[in-house]
Amino acid sequence: MSTKAGTRLEQVLKAGEFAVTVEVGPPKGPNANAVIDKARMLAGIADAYNVTDNQTAVVRMSSIAASKLLLDEGLEPVMQMVCRDRNRIAMQSDLLGASALGIRNVLCLSGDHQKASAGGKLKGHPGAKNVYDIDSIQLVSVVAGLRDRGVQEGGDPITEPAPFWIGAAWTPLAPPTAFRVHRLAKKVMAGADFVQTQAIYDLSAFGHAMAQAVDMGLTEQTFILGGVIVPKSAAMLRYMHRSVPGVVVPDVLIERMAQATDPLKEGIEITLELIAGLRAMPGVKGVHLQAIESEHLLPEIVQAAGLLPRPKGA
Amino acid sequence: MIIAEWKPIAEVVARLKGHRKILVAGCATCVAECAAGGEREVESLAPLLRMALAQQGCAAEVVTATLERQCEPEFIETLFPKMEGVDAVVSIACGIGIQTLGDRFDPVPVYPGVNTTSLAVREQPGVWAVRCEACGNCVLGETFGLCPVARCAKSLLNGPCGGTRENGKCEVNPDVDCIWLKIYERAMARGKLEALLGVQPTRNWSNSRHGGQKVMIREDLRA
Repeated sequence: MSTKAGTRLEQVLKAGEFAVTVEVGPPKGPNANAVIDKARMLAGIADAYNVTDNQTAVVRMSSIAASKLLLDEGLEPVMQMVCRDRNRIAMQSDLLGASALGIRNVLCLSGDHQKASAGGKLKGHPGAKNVYDIDSIQLVSVVAGLRDRGVQEGGDPITEPAPFWIGAAWTPLAPPTAFRVHRLAKKVMAGADFVQTQAIYDLSAFGHAMAQAVDMGLTEQTFILGGVIVPKSAAMLRYMHRSVPGVVVPDVLIERMAQATDPLKEGIEITLELIAGLRAMPGVKGVHLQAIESEHLLPEIVQAAGLLPRPKGA
Repeated sequence: MIIAEWKPIAEVVARLKGHRKILVAGCATCVAECAAGGEREVESLAPLLRMALAQQGCAAEVVTATLERQCEPEFIETLFPKMEGVDAVVSIACGIGIQTLGDRFDPVPVYPGVNTTSLAVREQPGVWAVRCEACGNCVLGETFGLCPVARCAKSLLNGPCGGTRENGKCEVNPDVDCIWLKIYERAMARGKLEALLGVQPTRNWSNSRHGGQKVMIREDLRA
């Protein structure tokens, strides 16, 4: 098969297999073992592992460094990159550096605003100067430039192309919902090879958005992976519905968790139902699983979902 | 107009300790409109400073003046009679006025009594909202007259981030509209959705603050 970057994720998707990616949050500290331990726990359950870039604008180990630690453990990273903290010069420099280290998947995001850090329990850096020199769609096109045209954004040549498999995010259920599929189309137009969605809890609403994407031919041009965040309690679902942008949780699901005698078990059950629902949905080519701070649940979930063993990659 | 808001009195007072005669200078233009730096505010700030300085054992004479415009050298000349013996000025004009006074009265220090915040419109009494970042590369023609540079927390140029709240507000500030939602609604109302469907390329920010200090020259107007 012809590939753009030859990553395992690219090959699995192009082979028509239902892909699995999971999220690995880097630690708020310099200890490599924190990443290595997670890598060993999660080895073999996914095709690629998303490494977040200072999510919620809280300082963590850099996505590049943590991605390299995963690589060294034999896991394929999806390096996330947000536009909040770097201008186009720093981003391209980091991209070339990441490429040199063997990082091949990059997910382009606008990023949580620096004030997002003050929304949780941590102080973060709400007074930080933000950058947003370019936006996520422009970042996709910049990475495509480095790969396909061998040029920097400003037009200067690079010595050789940087082979990235380019990702973008999609939040289909945030207002204005009717525009969201068009914004997805812009990301595809800019060069997004794959797309990971915001967490889906409302399969029917998401199904409607996916049908639009299919109708517009977007699923022929990019690979869409549905996002799932493992719910652990009714309170967590309520919090996400209220506070996490673009996450819509139907009341019936919150009620079901509230009634459960073993919420964690129920949460895993819901996760399996969501995975099955996404798997059956036209145009969905994989799942992106997040078990925020509970990554240990993922091997069991992926096993129970019938998604193991993962296909052999590169 | 340019809007500003008072600095905390304690911050201003801390700067003024040790000065013997202080001029509080207002400006009757923008900052008067936004009730931060006009004659009324000058006359209420002066006694507060007098009191605060006296309380801290640093009593000083505080005199007042309000110019039509602190940003114009011609108006500043009229202040000179007031400057007799003044060894510090507190200006509650915008940052332009403060700097213009500071240049003209050097070496007498001119301290800011306000924080200049932005270019804004008065939405309703007591509420000013930013509308322009003076970025030097206007996109209003492409965005149906609503500025995403000034009004989107992330200055996005390709549509809303994923954070638009259910009620259409910004994820960063629940009191502020997601301006991209407004742009989208205006595009739809005018039947021009297609204007928002293209990929807006990376932008040249060099005519913004990011290009170093901006200096505009109109040869036809030069003396």
